[in-house]
Amino acid sequence: MTFETLGWQGLVILVIFGLSLLIATYCTYAERVIAAFLQDRVGPDRAGPYGLAQPLADAVKMFTKEEFFPGGASKALFTFGPCLAMTTALMSSAVIPFGNAVQFGSTVVHLQGIEINVGMLYVFGIVSLGVYGVMIGGWASNNKFSLLGAIRAASQNISYELAMGLALIAVLMMSGTLSLREITLQQTHPNGWHLGDIFTWNVFKQPIGFIIFLVCAFAETNRTPFDLPECETELVGGYHTEYSSMKLGLYLFAEYINIIVVTAVMSVLYFGGFNYPFQYEFLDFLTTKTSLSPDWAHNVFVLMGVVAMFSKIFTGIFFFMWVRWTLPRFRYDQLMRLGWTILIPLAIFNILLTGGLITFGVIK
Amino acid sequence: MSLFLFLSFVALLSALGVVLTKNPVHSVLFLILTFFTLSGHYLLLNAQFLAAVNIIVYAGAIMVLFLFVIMFLNLNEATEPQKPLLAKVAATIAGGMLLLVLVAALRGVQPAGYNAATFNSQVGMVDKLGLVLFQQYQLPFELASILLLAAMVGSVMLGKRETGERNF
Repeated sequence: MTFETLGWQGLVILVIFGLSLLIATYCTYAERVIAAFLQDRVGPDRAGPYGLAQPLADAVKMFTKEEFFPGGASKALFTFGPCLAMTTALMSSAVIPFGNAVQFGSTVVHLQGIEINVGMLYVFGIVSLGVYGVMIGGWASNNKFSLLGAIRAASQNISYELAMGLALIAVLMMSGTLSLREITLQQTHPNGWHLGDIFTWNVFKQPIGFIIFLVCAFAETNRTPFDLPECETELVGGYHTEYSSMKLGLYLFAEYINIIVVTAVMSVLYFGGFNYPFQYEFLDFLTTKTSLSPDWAHNVFVLMGVVAMFSKIFTGIFFFMWVRWTLPRFRYDQLMRLGWTILIPLAIFNILLTGGLITFGVIK
Repeated sequence: MSLFLFLSFVALLSALGVVLTKNPVHSVLFLILTFFTLSGHYLLLNAQFLAAVNIIVYAGAIMVLFLFVIMFLNLNEATEPQKPLLAKVAATIAGGMLLLVLVAALRGVQPAGYNAATFNSQVGMVDKLGLVLFQQYQLPFELASILLLAAMVGSVMLGKRETGERNF
């Protein structure tokens, strides 16, 4: 890797980092606007046009609030908890391919933090570490409600990680690779009926696996209907009861970044990542009908892929918020029963089904 | 080399932390750090798959269970039982003997090294590992997977509600 490509890659990583923070900021706004829309009220409209400066106002509020340490709490771990939650949330976006490679002459820049051949395992590993931030914070608060929230988070994450991993194995059996970029590139077909691009997406080959993954994604990001760790009707505020100021802000922020990452992983694994319908017609049109140089025709084609990827991510985020304001919260025993006695057997059945279909050559 | 030294330093330091801290939660956190440094060593040895699986299984799942149990029992410095002096002395002697045996066994070891010309850089990658597992070690692999599946089915059976039982 030359110095120049290293520089470009660093720039890509910075952009991904900045974009995840920016999107997470506006997720707080989007959540309120969508909640207002679904509940037929006005929502935030005071700060700036359409209330667009609301996240800024919230940030100022968060930063200027009093920093509070509960009595008898372990101060170092109390601070370490939200830091860890934020770090693990940001780390997982490193291997997600947000677009194919763009070219400038001989320079090729991959629109991806880093390409490793165990990308899927990396994401899975970081997701499984995400629970430590919640657990440490909840325990260090020296508060019964926080501790209960932390313990709920731990058992929920362990239970749903299993089903999620088993759902991923079915995708892995079809793709034969752990690299997220390879999985994306497999979900397209250069020849043939081009609306067929959509039907090469894994969601049509793995409908059961997708539903399992989706349910587990809700549980792993602690979103309603599975937000038992911060269930305010039972646990005051759950694991972040004692937190105030920007430490609380980091927890809330980490939750939104986790949603972004999980929807990005979902679009890569099941919705074709940066592929979009009629993409080869579009490339054909750019190279033959316009006066763009081949490089730039390719780059415009790739940038449209980035737009497609982000529109898939935004649709996913909207879906998460839609569900939050539609479904009520489950009871804790219902959550555990769903994970262990329904999702895991279903995921094993899905693996057997996929294996059978691959053996008889129905899908590949 | 400097990366190796740094990782080894952190690994030893956090391993000492596991033993020396009084608070069980701190011990578990140090143990997680130790697993991370071990994963770093695996990466240096070109074993990406092993590094990722080490993090998922040990740091991500087993240590969460440890932390879970410790938090659940609310163990802390005050509840740590005082062990009798005899047990402490016996433990020190046993540990010292183990150290002696390990040092004696490993003292004369010459690292095999590798030939840069014939070295296969793909050796620790997941696809090569898969080929080895499914070609040379097919039977042990299948037996281990049946064992794990049995354990999983057993846990689901234990979690299932029996007829007539009602907890809520």
